[in-house]
Amino acid sequence: MTVAVRVIPCLDVDAGRVVKGVNFTRLRDAGDPVELADRYDDEGADEVTFLDVSASSGGRETMVDVVRRTAEQVFVPLTVGGGVRTTDDVDRLLRAGADKVGVNTAAIARPELIAEIAQRFGRQVLTLSVDARRVTDGTTTASGYEVTTHGGRRGTGIDAVEWAARAADLGAGEILLNSMDADGTTAGFDLEMLGAVRSRVSVPLIASGGAGTPEHFVAAARAGADAVLAASVFHFGTLTVGEVKDAMRAAGVEVR
Amino acid sequence: GRPRVVVLDYGFGNVRSAVRALERVGADVELTADRHAAIESDGLVVPGVGAFAACMEGLKAVRGDQVVDRRLAGGRPVLGICVGMQVMFDEGVEHDVRADGLGEWRGIVDRLQAPVVPHMGWSGVEAAEGSVLFRGVEHERFYFVHSYAAQSFTQGHDAAADPRFTPPRVTWSTHGPEGSAARFVAAVEDGPLSATQFHPEKSGDAGATLLENWVRSL
Repeated sequence: MTVAVRVIPCLDVDAGRVVKGVNFTRLRDAGDPVELADRYDDEGADEVTFLDVSASSGGRETMVDVVRRTAEQVFVPLTVGGGVRTTDDVDRLLRAGADKVGVNTAAIARPELIAEIAQRFGRQVLTLSVDARRVTDGTTTASGYEVTTHGGRRGTGIDAVEWAARAADLGAGEILLNSMDADGTTAGFDLEMLGAVRSRVSVPLIASGGAGTPEHFVAAARAGADAVLAASVFHFGTLTVGEVKDAMRAAGVEVR
Repeated sequence: GRPRVVVLDYGFGNVRSAVRALERVGADVELTADRHAAIESDGLVVPGVGAFAACMEGLKAVRGDQVVDRRLAGGRPVLGICVGMQVMFDEGVEHDVRADGLGEWRGIVDRLQAPVVPHMGWSGVEAAEGSVLFRGVEHERFYFVHSYAAQSFTQGHDAAADPRFTPPRVTWSTHGPEGSAARFVAAVEDGPLSATQFHPEKSGDAGATLLENWVRSL
């Protein structure tokens, strides 16, 4: 009866269209996030995450519409992140039909935002996203990991493990830990970093960055992840959600 | 015709999903806080997310407490979801703040004791014997997201004594490591009043079947 380890496909959305190539067959429109979310739902995704990478405010308005249309036909939880800066941004996405909202950079600049969102909507709506990497020359942090911004290009010198723990204290309902070192390598999740954060936070922890094979997902679950998130392996059709779950099930990990 | 269902719109909960999920299983759904519509519909859904005390305040602001009482007094079906279930109990305790619930069931909603909280994700249930809601989906998983729960359920004294009285059917779930998991009420079916701690509207096909079972009973 243990809670299943969630498998979460993530879609990057720019101005209402899915970014990056997609390998699915039998799709009317491979760039339509609604259709893709529906497809992932059919494949057994336990949640779907949209990451809004739109640079313009017009793109963000479009995103609200995408969320609304997705909520009309996808009956698993939907998380939406990207560009969320205020409680009003959160309100707009929740009203459109998002179940959870991902917050990243804005909370680094103003950590009180976490408490404000938790107070107004409950902590269960807030997924705090941490883009973290191993510290490089010049910087030191106690854990050896630091928080980055700008897609991992800029270090902040903030200890990633401490930040995750503080965010959970402030009211984050879960932590999405994205390894900027592993991201895009398909060489596996950063299990050491995952373990370091796991030992400090008691809210659910989502592993992200580096997934390449079904075994990588199994390893992340064993390292203490409550959920595993991936984008490209699912986008490009390298793996299906079903294949990942089969491997996890075979390895004795609880899945839906 | 299609059963008419009102989803109570009092500002708490992802009501859009609930409306769509109910429409999908054959209900004619209206999202409203109108008291008369809520009292007169074939079924009433009370959603709810966030804090217990805030939900109770919101509910009272639209006189939802009276609506629920009126319906139950007349044997008219009500379905509470998530915090919409929790408020059916006597009281809730969150962050040491105590708040009165609707008091339909005896007991307290308080914090789950488990290494990882909130309990967020898909869990199985021990479906109550004779359950109508779980017919056909007894062994499925459902989507939960909560930090608080009713961890006991008190059956009324007259249950055993009075053969006309059907005792509430209680469905349980657990959260936490095997052996030391917290056990909590996942669903209750008590005459016209049903409720689930999980979100059937977010529980894929299993959740749709559960909602369909409820809609068909209206």
